[in-house]
Amino acid sequence: MELSKAEVKKIADLARIALTAEEVDKYSKELSTILEFVDQLNELNTDGIEPTSQVTGLVNVWRKDEVNHENTREEMLKSAIETAEDHLKVQGVFNVNEDEEK
Amino acid sequence: MKKSSMILELRKKLDQKKVSAVELTQDYLATIKKKNSELNSFISVEEEFALKQAKHADMMIADGDANILTGIPYTLKDLFCVKGVETTAGSNILKGYIPPYTATAVERLNGAVMLGKTNTDEFAMGASTETSCFGPTKNPYDLSRVAGGSSGGPVAAVATDMAVFALGTDTGGSIRQPAAFSGVAGLRVTYGRVSRYGAIAMASSLDTVGPIAKTVEDLAIILEQIAGIDVLDGTTLDKPVEEYTKALGKLKKNITIGIPKEYFELEGLDIGVQQKVENVIAELKKQGIKFKEISLPHTKYAVPAYYIITPSEVSSNMARYDGIKFGYRAENASELMEVYKQSRSAGFGDEVKRRIMLGTYALSAGYYDAYYLKAMKVRTLIRNDFTTAFKDVDLIITPTTPTTAFKIGENMDDPIKMYLADIYTAPASLAGIPGLAIPCGEVDNLPVSVQILGPQWSESSVLQLGKVIEEL
Repeated sequence: MELSKAEVKKIADLARIALTAEEVDKYSKELSTILEFVDQLNELNTDGIEPTSQVTGLVNVWRKDEVNHENTREEMLKSAIETAEDHLKVQGVFNVNEDEEK
Repeated sequence: MKKSSMILELRKKLDQKKVSAVELTQDYLATIKKKNSELNSFISVEEEFALKQAKHADMMIADGDANILTGIPYTLKDLFCVKGVETTAGSNILKGYIPPYTATAVERLNGAVMLGKTNTDEFAMGASTETSCFGPTKNPYDLSRVAGGSSGGPVAAVATDMAVFALGTDTGGSIRQPAAFSGVAGLRVTYGRVSRYGAIAMASSLDTVGPIAKTVEDLAIILEQIAGIDVLDGTTLDKPVEEYTKALGKLKKNITIGIPKEYFELEGLDIGVQQKVENVIAELKKQGIKFKEISLPHTKYAVPAYYIITPSEVSSNMARYDGIKFGYRAENASELMEVYKQSRSAGFGDEVKRRIMLGTYALSAGYYDAYYLKAMKVRTLIRNDFTTAFKDVDLIITPTTPTTAFKIGENMDDPIKMYLADIYTAPASLAGIPGLAIPCGEVDNLPVSVQILGPQWSESSVLQLGKVIEEL
């Protein structure tokens, strides 16, 4: 399975990772090699085999959805990169320049 | 040769007031100061934090309130959150992160003295600590070689007496493989035996938390403390925690041990490593233990299945690093999408990006069935191999790794070669069964290790056999 540069760009975009042209080239080669390696799974016939996503047989584990105060807002916000008035602060969702023009 | 527990030896000295917890901690801090610069085992040494815990431990001892680990110095792989202590996961994206809470396994070591955080591949993605943003940890036996990974920092610290024991994590072999390369003992537990709450997630259907120490008895002591259900980790089971230490020395002599031919027929198995493991088998036979050749036919598919399942789960777990809630944010991003992309691009290293993209691809529409679903079905075949084998045998013995520690840089340009370092450890990970790595001699002055596998929840028997092997 060969991954084209266009596919790598698309995957990187979905994964929210910016890549330079050199990196696109590098990952296109490396990811293709890995996909070629995992292709050996196709030697196995898995018709009628149930997939395993959990190994110990636990199904749904429930607990009451109760508010506790183990973590305070102040403590949680300390980890944040930028805050303003007790909130997380982020860059604008839309282009700032466009905003200014309006 | 009898191998006595370091924890019990120090426990006695502390209880008899031959040494105080503060003095013991100072000794270990001095050893770290002396040895760490050439090994690069510790990411951070928490001197003040450690001495504060040691003072508290001395008070507990004076009041007669000490438990088995009170005052014993240890280290954490830098993947465990400790309230108020920087936790980096070996990644630039988390540098400076101070968690507001402590991991459950760490809470359960209550009384022990945490000396500092040790090196790991970035988010535990690697087999050599070379993907850590802090650089590789050197092998204590040969500084030109890797200590193994991803728990390379913890094993190097334990091997060189910079800590009595360590907690690590094992997803595809990240406790067992470095334990093998650096000549210490390490246990991967049954999936769900120890809470992962507060251990930074890599691949959630595989991640486990386990102990690293110099002796099997120490592993048993630590496991008894950390095992058990935790409401904060929904994958832990409400199964009684066994008295692993009391079980040691009581291995049933009528057990049968399986020797999987696929592991011993592997092309890349080093002849010296093979001989050391066969010596162990010969010695055990002399003691009257029965062996039987078995087949685990899907062994060679474990690494390829692992490298679909793990990156898929990685791509999901890594989504939380968005440059907003914690860690690193790119400075020049002008809008939100750029914040995500630039922060993740600069914050993550090569291997993490490789896995995120591979996982994103494997999970995307049109490819899900061909890759992720296929790998999950192969995972069932690998589990079935073990279920069938354990109808015939009680435990399984294999080499832990096909070779001794490789040179720093040797596998860095070849991801597949690096992935194959997990060839003997990944199958047990996919099956969720316990695996114990025990040193069994040296080849060319580098440690060799034997791996013991057992059915789920068979930690007692696995440790029992480990104890017999380490005293051969």
